Amino acid sequence: MDNFLTLFETYNVPAAFWVNIQLTFWAAVWSLVLGTLLALMRISPIPSLQWLGAAYVNIFRNTPLTIIIAFGVLGLFGQLQVSLTDDFNLNFFRLAILGLTIYHAAFVCEAIRSGVNTVPLGQAEAARAIGLSFLPAARLIILPQAFRGAIAPLGNVLIALIKNSTVAAAGSVAAEASSLMKTMIEFRGDLVIPIFFTFAIGFVILVIPVGLLTTWASRRLAVAR
Amino acid sequence: MSAQNVLFDAPGPKSRRNILILNIIGALLIAGLIAYVVFLLGGKGQLAAGKWTPFLEGRTWEFFLLPGLLSTLRAAAIAVVTSVLFGLIFGLGRLSHVKPIRWFAGLIVEFFRAVPVLLMMIFLWLALGRSNLVEDAPFWAVVIALTLYNGSVIAELIRSGVQGLPKGQREAGLAIGMTQMQSLRTIEVPQALIAMLPALVSQFVVILKDSALGYIIGFPELLQNARRLGVGEGNLLQSLLIAAVIFIVINFALSSLATKLSTLLSFRSKGRARDETLDGIAAAEPEGTLSR
Amino acid sequence: MRKTRYAAAMAAAAALTLTACGGGGGNEGGGGGGGGEEGGGETITIGIKFDQPGLGFDEGGSYSGFDVDVAKYVANELGFSEDQIEWKEAPSANRENLLSNNDVDMIFATYSITDERKQTVSFAGPYFVAGQDLLVPKDSDIAGPEDLEGKNLCSVTGSTSAQKIKDQYPGVNLVEQPGYAECVSVMGGGQIDAVTTDDIILAGLAAQETNAGQFKVVGNPFSEERYGVGLPKDSDRCEDINAAIAKMIEEGAWEEAITKNTEGADYSFNEELNPPEPEPCA
Repeated sequence: MDNFLTLFETYNVPAAFWVNIQLTFWAAVWSLVLGTLLALMRISPIPSLQWLGAAYVNIFRNTPLTIIIAFGVLGLFGQLQVSLTDDFNLNFFRLAILGLTIYHAAFVCEAIRSGVNTVPLGQAEAARAIGLSFLPAARLIILPQAFRGAIAPLGNVLIALIKNSTVAAAGSVAAEASSLMKTMIEFRGDLVIPIFFTFAIGFVILVIPVGLLTTWASRRLAVAR
Repeated sequence: MSAQNVLFDAPGPKSRRNILILNIIGALLIAGLIAYVVFLLGGKGQLAAGKWTPFLEGRTWEFFLLPGLLSTLRAAAIAVVTSVLFGLIFGLGRLSHVKPIRWFAGLIVEFFRAVPVLLMMIFLWLALGRSNLVEDAPFWAVVIALTLYNGSVIAELIRSGVQGLPKGQREAGLAIGMTQMQSLRTIEVPQALIAMLPALVSQFVVILKDSALGYIIGFPELLQNARRLGVGEGNLLQSLLIAAVIFIVINFALSSLATKLSTLLSFRSKGRARDETLDGIAAAEPEGTLSR
Repeated sequence: MRKTRYAAAMAAAAALTLTACGGGGGNEGGGGGGGGEEGGGETITIGIKFDQPGLGFDEGGSYSGFDVDVAKYVANELGFSEDQIEWKEAPSANRENLLSNNDVDMIFATYSITDERKQTVSFAGPYFVAGQDLLVPKDSDIAGPEDLEGKNLCSVTGSTSAQKIKDQYPGVNLVEQPGYAECVSVMGGGQIDAVTTDDIILAGLAAQETNAGQFKVVGNPFSEERYGVGLPKDSDRCEDINAAIAKMIEEGAWEEAITKNTEGADYSFNEELNPPEPEPCA
């Protein structure tokens, strides 16, 4: 047991989880923005935008996240010399956020669309009847209700995002949790099971409250019909 | 998609013209962006014929891409079967009227749904490698990690599918003298399975996609083999792109199947695995493809 | 182009087999004799890298590289012809496990002899002494690790080479990638100034057809890595392998193998330390 505890002096486990939390936070913010935009495109009156939104979702929803993240480093950084900041190490962190955003935005879009499904047709008809065109109708009537109806699926996306932030390991973000776990197991192979459970429980602690919170919020904020 | 028309009036001649103009501008912008990226890549020599011709050679497919695809499909196929079994066992466990069983199944399902698949894969890979249990540690690490996670998700699907059934189904079963377990097995779960079929197929997409995480632990699946091909030919980007396209094509086919199934089955069963209002504004599509 | 390289590899492999077989016939009662009985119809499983150009590389059905060539020579001396060899991938993290589980009989996979590893596995050799070095673009003026201040350096995630640089030169920007080939690819795009690991690995990368003439190995090694043949703890092959390595060096096949696998890389091995004298077996 003493052996096990000294491991925590050598390796900073909370710092690794902090990297995952930061990755999750920024990717969540950006994918909410991009996802909402995509959802708007998919329900918009313009066929080309509908098509574009659908194409985006179908492509990125069906690509393994690992490939998207690897492309961020090999393609964007390696060949196109995309630099999101002057700080060298921060750049990979941001590229990983970009990769996570691109992937999860497709799921956010679908979550919001499922929220739009909970809005009764009458709401949209009423919006048209009082003379609102598409954008005002979406902004004032449809989306506010849709978001409240989409809290549960959005919560699922957030949970997926927390866990998927470990895939940043494929994008030169070596400070995150799964990479640290690998290093620790390679260093102390005899402690493989306690090390795994330390990290696994860390994720359980992160994920379960999000699940409970979104379930609570989705009930609390559901539009009474 | 016709239901969408309620969101806006049919565009008149003026807006139709505006839309056309905007479309042209948008298309030009996108084409411009693509051209710019292609130009940049060309400047780096990424478009040189030598980087692409390997994909026309039989050797590339025979020794790298097809074996990779095969091991991806093999791992995914085994994981599909084992996770359905896992899901059935723990889904029934969660519905059991024996409290300890329900709690135990709930604990297992909630735990494995919360732990990242990659974390499990790395752990299993290193742990199996140290033990002498199996010869092909990366392969089994991928299969077991996928089973534990997706099995737990399927267990939840089964539970929500059964709970989504009208009460009358179970009551009728009990009324004709079945035990709770008999009613579950012969009446409720079969209906729930049909109702959750689309979500189940979408879960297979997740399994297939997540098998690509095996790349990180060196399992020679499609992505890893594409990488090796790229290492040899000096065309990493191109190889990964081809692997991505193969993944997209297969997963898109599976996702479309899921959509078809959900429309086909929407009137087949009373139960719904997912709480979706099919007569909403946007066309309904299963959103079960949400990864992990 | 691709096909010619493949054909060349095949031809080289065939030639190696032929000469080796000829040699075996010539000294029937020699070193090969003892292993000859062992060989028979059996096979030997050898662990190599599959993704390390110039050392151990999966060409698609056949394997090439310096480690592979040494392995073939040694196996032949032990009485196993080339078609009796079963190749198995031995990634760095798994080498000790493969040996202690007896999944492989020997490992030739850039496997440095260290005291720590000797506690779980045995080593024969060394058959090569490598050193950590830098691979830089042809026109670069980086001459050693001290020039790296503020430069972008790439190495493999979690590798000892990466750790060493992190500790000794904190001013270096370190990119960690899943493999050295990714590093070289990104360096080709101009975003990385140098790649670091053992010199012969770098030479193997630079010698790849697609990279030929673009990069150079600096030639200022700053560590000593003695590549040994990994064996299970209870193996009795150590003496025979050492004799085979000595013979390979003496015959010139050793130097030939290095030259062949690093051709075009503008690389010469460290002559002070090479060819190495095999250590006495434990």
